[in-house]
Amino acid sequence: MTAVTTDTPVRLTDSTKFRAWAEAVAIPVGALVVSALIFSIFLIFLGKSPVDYFQLLWKGGFGTSFSIQNTLQRAAPLILCGLAFAIPAQIGLTMIGAEGALVLGGFSAAAIAIPLVTGGVPVVLTMPLMAIAAMIAGGAWIAIVGWLRHARGVNETISSLLMTYIAIAIMNFFVEGLLRDPGSANKPSTMPIGKDYMVGTIPGTDVHWGLLAGLILAVVLQLLMNRTTFGFAARVTGGNARAALAQGLPVGRLVVACTAIAGACAGLAGYFEVAAIHGQANASLVAGYGFTGILISFLARHNPIVVVPVAVMFGAIAASGGLIQRRMDMPDATALVLQGIIFVVLLTSETLYGRFAIFQQKAGADRT
Amino acid sequence: MDSAVLTPEAPAKAKRAIGIETVGMTKIFGSLVALDDVSIKVEPGEFHALLGENGAGKSTLVKCIMGFYQPTHGQLLINGQETPIRHPQDARAAGIGMVYQHFTLVPCLTAAENMVISRADVPNVIDWKKEIAELDAFMDRMPFRVPLTEPVASLSAGEKQKLEILKQLYLDQHFLILDEPTSVLTPGEADEVLGLLHDMARAGDITVLMITHKFREVTAFTDNVTVLRRGKSVGSGKVGQLSTAEMSTMMIGDAEIRESAARTADVSSDVELELAGIVVKDEEGLPTVNGVNLKIGGGEIVGIAGVSGNGQSELVEALSGQRPIQDGGVFINGKQFDCSRGDYDTFKVFGLPEEPLRNAAVRRMSVAENIAFRTFDKAPEANLGWWLKPNAMKNRAAGLIERYRVKTPSTDTPIENLSGGNVQRAILARELSHDVKVLIVANPCFGLDFASVAEIRAQIIDQRNNGAAVLLVSEDLDEILELSDRVAVMSEGKITYVSPIGETDRNTIGTYMAGH
Repeated sequence: MTAVTTDTPVRLTDSTKFRAWAEAVAIPVGALVVSALIFSIFLIFLGKSPVDYFQLLWKGGFGTSFSIQNTLQRAAPLILCGLAFAIPAQIGLTMIGAEGALVLGGFSAAAIAIPLVTGGVPVVLTMPLMAIAAMIAGGAWIAIVGWLRHARGVNETISSLLMTYIAIAIMNFFVEGLLRDPGSANKPSTMPIGKDYMVGTIPGTDVHWGLLAGLILAVVLQLLMNRTTFGFAARVTGGNARAALAQGLPVGRLVVACTAIAGACAGLAGYFEVAAIHGQANASLVAGYGFTGILISFLARHNPIVVVPVAVMFGAIAASGGLIQRRMDMPDATALVLQGIIFVVLLTSETLYGRFAIFQQKAGADRT
Repeated sequence: MDSAVLTPEAPAKAKRAIGIETVGMTKIFGSLVALDDVSIKVEPGEFHALLGENGAGKSTLVKCIMGFYQPTHGQLLINGQETPIRHPQDARAAGIGMVYQHFTLVPCLTAAENMVISRADVPNVIDWKKEIAELDAFMDRMPFRVPLTEPVASLSAGEKQKLEILKQLYLDQHFLILDEPTSVLTPGEADEVLGLLHDMARAGDITVLMITHKFREVTAFTDNVTVLRRGKSVGSGKVGQLSTAEMSTMMIGDAEIRESAARTADVSSDVELELAGIVVKDEEGLPTVNGVNLKIGGGEIVGIAGVSGNGQSELVEALSGQRPIQDGGVFINGKQFDCSRGDYDTFKVFGLPEEPLRNAAVRRMSVAENIAFRTFDKAPEANLGWWLKPNAMKNRAAGLIERYRVKTPSTDTPIENLSGGNVQRAILARELSHDVKVLIVANPCFGLDFASVAEIRAQIIDQRNNGAAVLLVSEDLDEILELSDRVAVMSEGKITYVSPIGETDRNTIGTYMAGH
């Protein structure tokens, strides 16, 4: 190594940040392109035109004001479920149980609505109480995952996945039994909350307020993780738990807090599904938003703000499903094939970070 | 001894020690020249030492010989014939075997099982009776032996190292490359193993190339030495003809080395760190630290020596909050210390853990963020204790980077992009730029170059002179002898020996390290 010099002032920034940023954009975008190519081969095998497919995808997702609103409508729960994966990911957890928290949150909102609505509690109180119940239920549910992880060393991926099935079973148990609305003959459901208690749409659109809630939460969580001491401590813990312990950081509390936030996001998604779409809790809540959220968060590199546009893109894939089904005579599940391909290619692309010289800072002359 | 009987199968072709020569060996990684035109010659039956600092290119050279890397230029000659080594299998076929710094044995298997499974031609069904009989016969022909049917986990470090060497001989390797083979051994065990290797080389059965940085081992056991610095061969010669001072000059070059800080006598300080009956369990629930009692006063460095794996790393983990303390406790001036963030601040406890990237830093976070780990939640780096002020964080880091001479492109660079010495300097800046009352240090200089080592040791002495109570755990006995005011030996989870540094010597410490 060369002699140490101290006369040059320390630089406060360099190209590393930009290069890292460029890498974080280029690799997921590249993965999307590769996924589209693989999916095109799949389409050609089926004798369908990839060009038609992607044109219809665009048309069904963004082509008309109706399709844009349809896309945004579907993006709302996806944003919240993406956040539910991204926040635990920042503290180093692979928590895949957003689906369960969504179901439990939606169910809790519908369940608490029964006494509130029949008891004649004013709408202005009932609606926030339902939302809070959903967030508490989802938050507490996923906080258990964090607690198990910290206190008992239980793998959070396994526990959160298994707890999803338990959550769905809990909802089914009540919906088909104690809380079943006698009027719901074919599809067991809770009592409808009634039109007055439903969440309305953003003026001038058909999109419900859940989209705004998702946007606000994305901004708030972005700030929480990047500009607060809580977020800093969580990132230290996520980056190196041993170092966090050696700094005396309350690792257990941080883990539980991050999982609780994640569960609350998914629970809120469940609230909007009940209070803005279905009007009651039933098996329709199990729509796979929680699992798509995992994919969204990965594509967004677990960055809360980036979750928003990525969720909109997946909203478009879902929204265009009907159109593609009709025009190209392809089953609804085609969209799932595309999602699956994206997920596999994306996970593979994770291994590419640090492999491209252009994104790396030039190695320093010193090597000690 | 007839070397034909060295192998159990007794193949027709007898193998004796082989000689190896590298000609103009060069290895370039991107813009880094790791190895620059290195030619060394090791004659059959020679015990050759490869000296150099970390990063000097020793391991790169050895990896090129072993076929883990392909050299950019240069040839390898085996017994005078050019022999390209494309894979580690080629090296194995050519009779070149390597003994690594850390054991590669499977702990739960016996010595016999470890040796048999390492063979290239393991049969699908192993006739253990026959194999053990053959191994027994093989051991009889060896100058030393290890118990064959006990699990490796129950062997001592010295026996394990002997087994690693026996394994190579069993595999019919007659050119042994040893990578710092004594770092896990007591001084007594090290001398024994090296002595045996020396005798076998003298007898013409094996050739040895040993990577080391211990001059004592070079002068006592080897025939010739080659010194590498910054990828270049900077000197070589017969061991008797080179003085230690000459070798050390070759190794270090003209790098600026900070003078060892003067030790102030009788530092007055009111700090007292007490470890009282500390018990810590390992992953299997066994007490690896079993009742450690130690008092350390302010202005004093107490060095804990010991063979690696006797509970030292678990003790450090427990003192750093990374492992729960099952029984006993840590007391500072009579008050209990429990590794919480509040206690670190109240008692002014700081630490320099081993392997900083593993224990003290977050790789992907920037240098500034890593330097802020102690202060990010306090003014001026945070408003009201929760709103971060990144500019204040960067400015403070910039000052410390300058003061502690951390070489980094900027404060924003991820810390993983820095060299080992600079990572440790950044951690030093974070931990030592405060009023330090208690300092817990573990292997602080492992893997660093001389200039960084001197700097770090001087900083530790400075803290002692300023009245800090310093606990130093190190696997490097020389480091302990250089820095400590008192030395303690840890063996099987207990402190078995404590003595002021002036009243003890290397041999006494070595005896206690060996557990006698």
